[in-house]
Amino acid sequence: MHRDRIGTSPLLPPQAFDVRFTHMTESGKEAREAEVSGGGPLVVLENVNKYYGELHVLKDIDLTIHRGEVVVVIGPSGGGKSTLCRTINRLEPIDGGTIRIDGKALPEEGKALAQLRADVGMVFQSFNLFAHKTILQNVTLGPIKVRKTDKTEAEQRAMELLERVGIASQAEKYPAQLSGGQQQRAAIARALAMRPKVMLFDEPTSALDPEMVKEVLDVMINLAAEGMTMVVVTHEMGFARASANKVVFMADGQIVEENTPGEFFTNARSDRAKDFLSKILTH
Amino acid sequence: MNWDVLLDFSPLADNGDKLLTAFWATIRISLTVAVLSLLIGTLITAMRVSPIRVLRIAGGFYVNTLRNTPLTLVLLFCSLGLSDTLKFKISGTSTVNFFWLAVIGMSFYTAAFIAESLRAGINTVPMGQAEAARAIGLTFTQSLRMVIMPQAFRAVVAPLGSVMIAMIKNTTVVLVASYYEAASLMKDMFEQYGATLPIFIGFAVGFMCLTLPTGFFFGWLAKRMQVAR
Repeated sequence: MHRDRIGTSPLLPPQAFDVRFTHMTESGKEAREAEVSGGGPLVVLENVNKYYGELHVLKDIDLTIHRGEVVVVIGPSGGGKSTLCRTINRLEPIDGGTIRIDGKALPEEGKALAQLRADVGMVFQSFNLFAHKTILQNVTLGPIKVRKTDKTEAEQRAMELLERVGIASQAEKYPAQLSGGQQQRAAIARALAMRPKVMLFDEPTSALDPEMVKEVLDVMINLAAEGMTMVVVTHEMGFARASANKVVFMADGQIVEENTPGEFFTNARSDRAKDFLSKILTH
Repeated sequence: MNWDVLLDFSPLADNGDKLLTAFWATIRISLTVAVLSLLIGTLITAMRVSPIRVLRIAGGFYVNTLRNTPLTLVLLFCSLGLSDTLKFKISGTSTVNFFWLAVIGMSFYTAAFIAESLRAGINTVPMGQAEAARAIGLTFTQSLRMVIMPQAFRAVVAPLGSVMIAMIKNTTVVLVASYYEAASLMKDMFEQYGATLPIFIGFAVGFMCLTLPTGFFFGWLAKRMQVAR
């Protein structure tokens, strides 16, 4: 709540161009996208820059995520992976460049932004389930308050989703009564309840005990197989190999390499990626 | 030394009906102030965490002003200032008028303390809760109302109990605002019988009958409403 800075950094390049650019492309783009529908670009980041004070955390990021695509973002800590993920629904405002989701530029704070966030599911490293609400209430809050869905209908759909992630029997419990793995699956159900166009996963398994990682990854693998568009920041190379269409390697705030998982893990192009992989894969 | 007068409980017994009426007045003003100050305090807290700078500044200014002004001053302003000088009357009936003026003064004063407690409560709610609320598309007001405030309230139930106890005892100051309650009766009885120990004890016990249950109630509520993390 305190983190959003409205207004811009003095380091920022002039924005007038970006605004004009978005306007020009919008109408034409929508028409094109209607034709392409399957496989068209869904999330487009162009020349995105972000600073924390002096620290340049995202440097000229260009990235296009197509409909139905599963993009895994990997790289060393502090490389900007989580920040990148969080800029997509503007939990982190950017200082320059544009982000478009389904052809629409990310709005400033306010109602329009809230509407857009409803279409972008987010799963956090620390689950962030609402601690004072039951699992069922966690899953139905968004549909009832944001989508204005009827309560019975929302609960029915929530139970289906909880069934799907395997924790329907925990629906009446509070988050603190569940294991980490169960909480994270509930968090995935909460995000899915909004019927998002794209799901963002910010290190979804990093806070889990090892034996719970699999139950969460299984849910994610199923989701990917069903054609959900996903951006996943993770250290789980197994997931990347199994489900990713594209691996994005980030270091020092830059996208160093974009590659297919097969190519990336066996034959990375960049030295930085090779070095990173040698450190994590050789034991 | 006249021990008979010092230990004479008869003034209390003789004035039983007056005592009940006076303490009922204390209860009435306490309950009204509790409700109003909670509403105002919540509103001020919302202002203090709002994304709009002007509201944040106004909220901070409010808390710092009211919290650092003696209650007597606030009440005198309400009774003498508003009613007598500015001719701002809530009701033509004098008792009703002074009741509400006292309520207004006490509510605005107490709200500053409630706002300060609540803000501490908001700080106990992890950042991730607000992020998750925004991520599912709740607006700022919605996430404050449905996610942040409920958890903040639960975290500060016990401190709010202390604010409420202080508020009940503070009602004794409203005698300066011309509203007749327990402390006003005590003052009258002192004038009539002299400031005897039994009268002191009687009123102290009377107030404890109000404040002790309040404390126990908030303690119980705090346990019951605690959020497990």
